[in-house]
Amino acid sequence: MLILPCPWCGPREETEFACDGEVSSVSVDPATASDGAWADALHNRTNRKGMHREWWCHRRGCRQWFWIERDTATNQLRNSGLPGTES
Amino acid sequence: MRIAADQAPFARIDRSRPVRFVFDGRSYEGFAGDTLASALLANDVRVVGRSFKLHRARGIMGQGAEEANALVTLGEGAATEPNVRATMIELTDGLVARSVNTWPSARVDLGAVVGWFGLLLPAGFYYKTFMGPGQGAWHIYERFIRRAAGLGHAPRATDDRRYDKRHAHCDVLVVGAGPAGLTAAIAAADTCNSVLVLDEQTEAGGSALGMPDRIVGMVDRLRSAPNVRVLMRTTAIGLYEQNLVVAVERMGDNTADIRLSAQRLWKIRAERVVLATGAIERPLVFDGNDLPGVMLASASATYAMRYAVACGRRAVLVTNNDGIAKSAESLRMAGIEIAAIVDTRPSSALAPDGIEVLRGHGVVRARGRSSVTEVEIAPLTPDGKQFLPRRRRIDCDLIAVSGGWNPTLHLLGNGAGRTRYAPEIACFIADDLSPTVAVVGAAAGELGEGYSVRPAWRMPAVGRGAPWRQFIDLHNDVTVGDLALAARENYRSVEHLKRYTTMGMAHDQGKTSSVNALGILSEAIDRPLAALGTTRARPPYTPVAFAAVAGRQIGALYAPKRELPAHVAHLGCGAVFAESGGWMRPMHYPLAGESTADAIRREVLAVRNAVGIVDNSALGKVEIHGPDAAILLDRLYSNDWGSLAVGRARYGLMLTEDGMVFDDGVTARLSDTHYLMTTTSAGAGTVVDWIELWLQRAWRDLRVFATPVTHHWADLTIAGPRARDLLGRLSLDMDLSPEAFPHLAIREGTVAGLPARILRASFTGELSFEVMVPARSADQLYNAVMEAGRDLGITPFGVDATLILRAEKGHILIGLEADGTTTPDDLGLGRLVSRKKDFIGRRSLTLADRLRPDRPQLVGLQSDDDRVLPGGGVVWSGDSKLGHVVPMSSCRSPVLGRCIALALIAGGRDRIGSAVTVTAIGSQHRASVVSPVFLDPKNGRIYV
Ligand SMILES: [Zn+2]
Repeated sequence: MLILPCPWCGPREETEFACDGEVSSVSVDPATASDGAWADALHNRTNRKGMHREWWCHRRGCRQWFWIERDTATNQLRNSGLPGTES
Repeated sequence: MRIAADQAPFARIDRSRPVRFVFDGRSYEGFAGDTLASALLANDVRVVGRSFKLHRARGIMGQGAEEANALVTLGEGAATEPNVRATMIELTDGLVARSVNTWPSARVDLGAVVGWFGLLLPAGFYYKTFMGPGQGAWHIYERFIRRAAGLGHAPRATDDRRYDKRHAHCDVLVVGAGPAGLTAAIAAADTCNSVLVLDEQTEAGGSALGMPDRIVGMVDRLRSAPNVRVLMRTTAIGLYEQNLVVAVERMGDNTADIRLSAQRLWKIRAERVVLATGAIERPLVFDGNDLPGVMLASASATYAMRYAVACGRRAVLVTNNDGIAKSAESLRMAGIEIAAIVDTRPSSALAPDGIEVLRGHGVVRARGRSSVTEVEIAPLTPDGKQFLPRRRRIDCDLIAVSGGWNPTLHLLGNGAGRTRYAPEIACFIADDLSPTVAVVGAAAGELGEGYSVRPAWRMPAVGRGAPWRQFIDLHNDVTVGDLALAARENYRSVEHLKRYTTMGMAHDQGKTSSVNALGILSEAIDRPLAALGTTRARPPYTPVAFAAVAGRQIGALYAPKRELPAHVAHLGCGAVFAESGGWMRPMHYPLAGESTADAIRREVLAVRNAVGIVDNSALGKVEIHGPDAAILLDRLYSNDWGSLAVGRARYGLMLTEDGMVFDDGVTARLSDTHYLMTTTSAGAGTVVDWIELWLQRAWRDLRVFATPVTHHWADLTIAGPRARDLLGRLSLDMDLSPEAFPHLAIREGTVAGLPARILRASFTGELSFEVMVPARSADQLYNAVMEAGRDLGITPFGVDATLILRAEKGHILIGLEADGTTTPDDLGLGRLVSRKKDFIGRRSLTLADRLRPDRPQLVGLQSDDDRVLPGGGVVWSGDSKLGHVVPMSSCRSPVLGRCIALALIAGGRDRIGSAVTVTAIGSQHRASVVSPVFLDPKNGRIYV
């Protein structure tokens, strides 16, 4: 079980958080995107082995979202930040 | 047999404290300080179990966690623990244990008579028989295999002992309190604030227990240090990321007092972890190496020195390494005669005083009926692949073997490091360690000054049957024959080989078998061992009782029970409760002597004909505040929202980004900048999370807050043609006339002296008022309504009646027909999709898939056989499958007098008027497709 750093509350056990998967780097305009491009943006993720950026919410704490970099192979944690700075 | 005190002067048993115990129904005596294993050996009990597959007699082969044979069922009745290793059981007075996998006892086993059965179970048997073309065979074989295989039985009664969990934090955690661990802990204690030491044994000392001098004073020094805590009988079962170590502490002999914990599960966070987990000796693989009397040399030495137990009178030692010298010294000191040391190496430095060393020799076979009586040896060819002719037999009752040592590194399996093969000491050592994890002592490959080993993975086989008696995995009965067969069938990946042969998959997880298997495989397929890789050791290091993992979170403490605010009032009305959406909710309210079906029917009719009351407090409620509240709602809901007047309410659908309906509810406008949103019960939490996600991550510019208030407000809904009359009788400061208070409006005021919000909305299809009051006043309002409505026929109704009422109206229910795969249009709610604005899910509604004419669409079904249709049943048109009956939508409608249901069927709306067949296991029905709105399609009963 990980200990994650909530930007507002400090380090807390993983059970207090919810993960929403990787920060999607795909940005498409729904008004113009083809079916394929839209479905790709909605459903497909890189699923990288190694460091990636992902969303977490301190669900059973302050309820605030943040992003953090986590190595999917080793669970090593790196930088994190508030929404708006993820890309 | 027990060794005289002067021959084991440092033994850790207390001869002044005899301990009585029972094994397989016979009574024996041991001493305090014994394990069950040492006490059985002291009593010359050699056969302690039968092997898994072949039911061969098995004896104790190890002295600790590595034991692969001596599994017992410990205890009796509810506290029974199956499959415990006898080597890990502290002997206590009155202890009762039984061998597993035997019937009637280990000594006389009827399963062995059918030992031939095992010959039918070679490598890959399970795969070939059950996963190939003949996979139906499992049904035939299962009972036979399960009985033949049987590995202990879990008790059927409830274990009423306590299991607890504890958390700990420390600077340094030392796993293992042998000489290396004690040294590390003492060093850490000098420089760190807090040190925690774990050891699975009953006392610290590890391999030094029973030996002279090595650890004198160390334990006392640790115990007196204020910053050190030592936990004995505690096994670290897993090392996870960020140095989380999970350990199980067995609380020793307190079975008499159920108030005390039986076990504790520790979750330890350590800045640094030191693994001083020692090393486990490897067996040697030869014909008959599973006979009782064949054991690890180090184990026989431990029994001699620590427990003062001789595992035999006359021993032959077999080795491929120099470590055997230490074991030989211990055995000799204990008075056990050593007939010879058989050394597989052509040359070695091994030269113990006065013992014959037969260099370049190997074991042809171990002989004996139920235990070893002699060993047959012969010289080996220089490459070790064959025996030379000059065989020789030596009388002995103990064959003490050493195939080298494996550092115990199982805890590295979860990411704290890797292992690599170190050919110079023929074992796997730690590699690529996390910077906060260290390995010391034998675990680090420090196997003694000048330690030298030459692998001898297996002895040559003499005779065709011999490979099938050369055991690699004693527990799962995996032999050289099995492994060679698997290799011939091209199972070359270690992970595949493991699963195919079940090698290393027993309770011991291959502690004594994995590396030997790798060595044998490497020779069989002629690839270097280092290139084969290893299977990953996964937690737990040793088996853990489910009870320890569950701790106190069982029974009533498993999950919090949420009761509705008017729970007491429901009890007073005779409610039958069930959990629904995380709440204990009244299902129905049977009168004395009334059947469930009659109660539900009576409740439905009361709502249709008079008035009923239902507790909707579980519905989610969210206050939306802020100048941009209307914009937020417009984006969340698929239908238009901005034009809603203050005091009015609207039904809305929320979609996920893929265009599927995920929640619904009525939301009311209380002021320009203030709305009250209602959600489904199950969606109460997820909708708030959903709103927060969008507000925080995408719409940070919106000036709006969403505050969950579900638990703050009770919601008692009064529904039925007499609802207005009833509500009017409660002292009320608002006008209930249809003109002043139309359908889909909200009013704030007081009801029965309580501050209230009344929302006029209808799920039942009747005139309906949701009266919301502060949760603490729910009972008061409930009782007031019941009192005021007595002569109107006020009837409490529950979830069951609600399901029928909504099905008659075709109102959708999230989680049933809105199952996450249906769009608004699928549910017949296409009118609730705005064409004027953007909202979550909009783009996905025009994906080609969402426009298919054969999408599932919500329709009504009407039974043509006057039978209740099966919920979940399959709907057919001729031979083509159209869809299914929505679960929990099927009923005999009390007002319509017909059996109705909702269904999701392909292109359903175009099929209205057609006939279909509905099937479920064991039944077939005829039905007609009709509109999903069975009752009052013009909503005349609501708008009154
Ligand atoms: Zn927080």
